[in-house]
Amino acid sequence: MEINGIAAIGAGLSAIGAGIGIGMIGGKALEAMARQPEHSGMIQTNMFIAAALVEGVALFGVVVALMQG
Amino acid sequence: MKKTVYKLIITSLLITISGVNVFAESQPEKKDGFNPTPQILHHIADSYEWHLWGNVSIPLPVILYSEGSFDVFMSSSFHHGKSKVTKGDRVYKIEHHHIVEENDKKIINLSITKNVASMILSTLILLFILGKTSRSYKRKKNAPKGLQSFLEPLILFVREDIIKSNVGPKHEKYAVFLLTVFFFILINNLLGLTPGAANVTGNISVTFVLSMFTFVIITISANKGYWKHLVKPPGTPIALLPIMIPIEIFGVFTKPFALMIRLFANITAGHIIIFSLISLIFVASNNGENVVAGWSVAPISVLFVLFIFLIEILVAFLQAYIFTLLSAVFIGLAVKEENH
Repeated sequence: MEINGIAAIGAGLSAIGAGIGIGMIGGKALEAMARQPEHSGMIQTNMFIAAALVEGVALFGVVVALMQG
Repeated sequence: MKKTVYKLIITSLLITISGVNVFAESQPEKKDGFNPTPQILHHIADSYEWHLWGNVSIPLPVILYSEGSFDVFMSSSFHHGKSKVTKGDRVYKIEHHHIVEENDKKIINLSITKNVASMILSTLILLFILGKTSRSYKRKKNAPKGLQSFLEPLILFVREDIIKSNVGPKHEKYAVFLLTVFFFILINNLLGLTPGAANVTGNISVTFVLSMFTFVIITISANKGYWKHLVKPPGTPIALLPIMIPIEIFGVFTKPFALMIRLFANITAGHIIIFSLISLIFVASNNGENVVAGWSVAPISVLFVLFIFLIEILVAFLQAYIFTLLSAVFIGLAVKEENH
């Protein structure tokens, strides 16, 4: 199926997934930090870990898109 | 200071706005503009010479092993693919950035490419920095200063928060590998951001080898509990076992695979973004034809690139941290003692 630019559409869709995922992680982390400011350090560390894992999955999609187009 | 900042902002805005009338001219026919993709891909990929700027590049040695003999020559002999190199009865030429032999003989390619030279450079930097830090522990017992005081919190952070808390009681054996991997990835990520640098950790072969090390260490040091958990994860009902076993076995391979892809894609995507934003200037000026348009896009492009650069420095630290953390977690899972 030869549609020009479908690789770019695929990369954009995986970027949507990454944006939603990391946005939710960041939002929940900010809520938790507002509730308990004394645990901000631990919450921030765990936020980075979860964000990197979500971004890893989204980058699978980007890599496939790069290889295609 | 404030006046200088205001002057800078006003000047950039004037340069940008003064280019608007250029875009308002009616274009007679639609021509194909400048395509930045080949240049971007050339900057990210490995190559047999270290291209600095314009026509200046440092040729690197090409080492080939074919039919029982080593052929060593500088890559400038290829003259950018225009000429072939003959050693004995073997004729080499470059096709699509690969070295092939004319009569299809088998070649083992051990060349010093740009990535290899950059890795040698970063290894020397690592040996110098970390060696100096460790030597300063032996000499005097007073308060640390200089390089030691800069690296010591970082090393302690990696050892305490990443290695000790995730690997568990047996962390001494694996601390060497994990610390090495952390600093190797960190220094190579940071070096890749400097001008004229090679894209080492954005090369999938390099990240493949790093994740292979993790995989081998996990497999060698896994105790019986780990293999039992693969076959029967604790607490699953027996009816779910036909699904859980393939997933667990699949997971043994996907975890290092994800480590490899995560590091490669993050670093390469960062470099592509920076190159693309700089190429905006060349696309706008159509590779030098339209100087005013190029200059007008320049302040916006440089601003975006600066923003992305700061994010990329954060990503350099974060990816080194995440790789080390996940390796520590996987090793910790493999050597975990059963608590009865």
